[in-house]
Amino acid sequence: MTTMNLTLRIWRQAGPDAEGRLTTYQVSGISPDMSFLEMLDTLNEELILADEEPVAFDHDCREGICGACGMVINGAAHGPERTTTCQLHMRHFSDGDTIDIEPWRAAAFPVVKDLVVDRSAFDRIIGSGGYITAPTGSAPEAHATAVPKPDADTAFEHAECIGCGACVAACPNGSAMLFTSAKVVHLNVLPQGAPERESRVLDMVGTMDAEGFGGCTNTGECATACPKGIPLTSITAMNREYLRAVRKR
Amino acid sequence: MSSFTEPTGYRDYTTAEAPLRDTAAPGGPIAERWDRRRFEAKLVNPANRRKHTVIVVGTGLAGGAAGATLAEAGYHVEQFCYQDSPRRAHSIAAQGGINAAKNYRNDGDSIHRLFYDTVKGGDFRARESNVHRLAQVSVEIIDQCVAQGVPFAREYGGLLDTRSFGGVQVSRTFYARGQTGQQLLLGAYQALSRQIDAGNITMHARTEMLDLIVIDGRARGIVARDLLTGRIDTYLADAVVLASGGYGNVFYLSTNAKNSNATAIWRAHRRGAYFANPCFTQIHPTCIPRSGEHQSKLTLMSESLRNDGRIWVPKRAGDSRPPAEIPEDERDYYLERQYPSFGNLVPRDIASRAAKNVCDEGRGVGPGGQGVYLDFADAIARLGRDAVEARYGNLFEMYERITAENPYEVPMRIYPAIHYTMGGLWVDYDLQTTVPGLFAIGEANFSDHGANRLGASALMQGLADGYFILPATLADYLARNTGLAEVPADHPAVSEAVFEVSDRLYRLVSNNGDRTPDSFHRELGTLLWDHCGMSRTEEGLREALARIPALRAEFWQRIKVTGSGQELNQSLEKANRIADYLELAELMCLDALHRSESCGGHFREESRTPDGEAARRDEEFSYAAAWEFRGTGAPPVLHREELTFEYVHPTQRSYA
Repeated sequence: MTTMNLTLRIWRQAGPDAEGRLTTYQVSGISPDMSFLEMLDTLNEELILADEEPVAFDHDCREGICGACGMVINGAAHGPERTTTCQLHMRHFSDGDTIDIEPWRAAAFPVVKDLVVDRSAFDRIIGSGGYITAPTGSAPEAHATAVPKPDADTAFEHAECIGCGACVAACPNGSAMLFTSAKVVHLNVLPQGAPERESRVLDMVGTMDAEGFGGCTNTGECATACPKGIPLTSITAMNREYLRAVRKR
Repeated sequence: MSSFTEPTGYRDYTTAEAPLRDTAAPGGPIAERWDRRRFEAKLVNPANRRKHTVIVVGTGLAGGAAGATLAEAGYHVEQFCYQDSPRRAHSIAAQGGINAAKNYRNDGDSIHRLFYDTVKGGDFRARESNVHRLAQVSVEIIDQCVAQGVPFAREYGGLLDTRSFGGVQVSRTFYARGQTGQQLLLGAYQALSRQIDAGNITMHARTEMLDLIVIDGRARGIVARDLLTGRIDTYLADAVVLASGGYGNVFYLSTNAKNSNATAIWRAHRRGAYFANPCFTQIHPTCIPRSGEHQSKLTLMSESLRNDGRIWVPKRAGDSRPPAEIPEDERDYYLERQYPSFGNLVPRDIASRAAKNVCDEGRGVGPGGQGVYLDFADAIARLGRDAVEARYGNLFEMYERITAENPYEVPMRIYPAIHYTMGGLWVDYDLQTTVPGLFAIGEANFSDHGANRLGASALMQGLADGYFILPATLADYLARNTGLAEVPADHPAVSEAVFEVSDRLYRLVSNNGDRTPDSFHRELGTLLWDHCGMSRTEEGLREALARIPALRAEFWQRIKVTGSGQELNQSLEKANRIADYLELAELMCLDALHRSESCGGHFREESRTPDGEAARRDEEFSYAAAWEFRGTGAPPVLHREELTFEYVHPTQRSYA
């Protein structure tokens, strides 16, 4: 198997308030079967032995589902394939390539260190309305309410969001519309979500704005970058829900 | 083959002392025990609940569900996770589904059958009372999750769909495509978020528990490190709940998330909580084989794939032809051949060992011969590509992304990998450990799966513990201990725990050796996989027990961690976890050595039936082995909890 030699230009930033800059590293012997993160593991092992600090990056499941990892690779959120960074494999690069690696860039996602950013604003958006109130023990029998399959499928399609933040990183405005709309649509389309339908969309959009995310200008970069394929129409559906709720108030 | 060696093992390493009894378990008919326990439990007056603080470590299915439920009930919860958000706990990666005895299919399922299947599937090494309660609660879980908006798969009539899963013959597994864990976890996370927003839970994300504080014999708090600033803080409470998951990552390569770790339960063990059945680890048969030395973790593919995929290898050893060129009569569908009634749906341990056996015979496929085929050609011919795609589309996509092979055209290659740990902290019926006030729920405890867990039962147990069982039993503990004295922040036990944590971290960052944390982790993992993995021998275990202390000593001499402890330092986090794995691994091998029978996921080559299957030895080993810590490297003490079977008579498992 042929291996690759690569030049990496990685954003290094010691802390939230420190100056950051791109630093160049060489890595060699990279197998095309490695994941992108395994390539960075290789670099980090070398850095530790050379008495340098390894590159900090968030990662956990490495199966494309926890949403922890995320970096801007050659200007694209999660890189050239439509997947998470952990599921990007080195076979999509060529020997001799130079790869630029940066953190998510958005006002609402401040850099913590190197490639690690603070995405806690997402948790606060969910906390403001991204749930169905159903305290433990209060649930009716599961088959008491049938849910039409098309509605269940729509809910599922939007529930697939992993909260990685690629949509925000890809958006020129740093908007979190796709993240927010995915949850609004997931819950609002279900009969169980109906009682909180209006308050949910109003509160979540309110929190989203307060957290410093930008507005939506229908650029569509978010849906293109989304590793889970949340559709752009999700935003349209949320706008409809929002207008409906505003009119009703 | 059938020569049983006498259990010579553990005595030269350790001693056995007083047996252990589950004093919390109620008596009476099994179906009434949980009701009875709940009725006998003391309650906390709603007005008094907010005066109680409970620490919950972990935000997976068990911890997320427990935190949300306790906060809804009115307690103040301090909750911790090492991830940047509680939504990322590794429960999220569970794919296949969740069992519940709803009997929506009218196919003969019942609470008793789920109970029976789980006890049998666990190879008669679980407690009947606990398992029955799990089966009872399973039906409420589905109701709860549907009410939260979990988008389970539905049929055209709008009702919930189910499928069957490895090891059972009824269709009781509820699912959300291949992302059931994600959807259930998000349901719990959303309930948790609602309580965080309401101020009932103080959420500490990116904060890792590094020690347990025990005062006057009771768990009263934890020491935790803020992973961003390195700050060590103490948190005090009336009770501590560990929902920190399993210890599969001790093997380095596993299907666990990279940062999943055993530190919380191991530190609790060092502070007095017994560790039960550490050698009961589960190897999952359907993982993607490793592609090279760089491999950092293994990826599981739901075993629901075994519903429609057929597993085979070439009949001839060393047959290197591409699969399409191997004619039907030169293929060995070995599971269908050996186990005609269950076929490809035999339990996980059996499917895994069968795969190892054919690979050991030189009939494995793919790089290094460490793989078997999982073929969907027949399913595609029978159901059509669209139907197969609807069921498994995302799994096929994931497989193709990782291997660059298209499973619609070329059979998948799979190989077993470490996936789940049935062992964990010993708990009584109330899920309380041997340290009063310390509870362990979900994968962190040992209670329900015996020596082998059935598919789609981990999600069931995590949510049963978190939503329904712990909130009832913890309330009883709080109600009976209302007069706990306030712990002063400068209590000697607090200062001691903080000092030990800080000292250890300092030793790691200041050692400046010449080996990276990962290099030690890989070495330990390989050692364990070789000697305490899919099959175990006395000789191999003794070798591992000789090498682990040496490796541990080398770790403390040669470990190299760059940077400082006062910042985000991922190498330091890793090294600190590996230090605990180096102790835990020894206990696992010791437990595996002392249990000279084969049962469930624990296969001792010395204990086999004449035809080579695992031979359980109930007369000697019908107990849970709970180990008491006596110091690093010092022989632990064994406490046996005898298991009695009143309702499911132990038989040698047969899936033929």
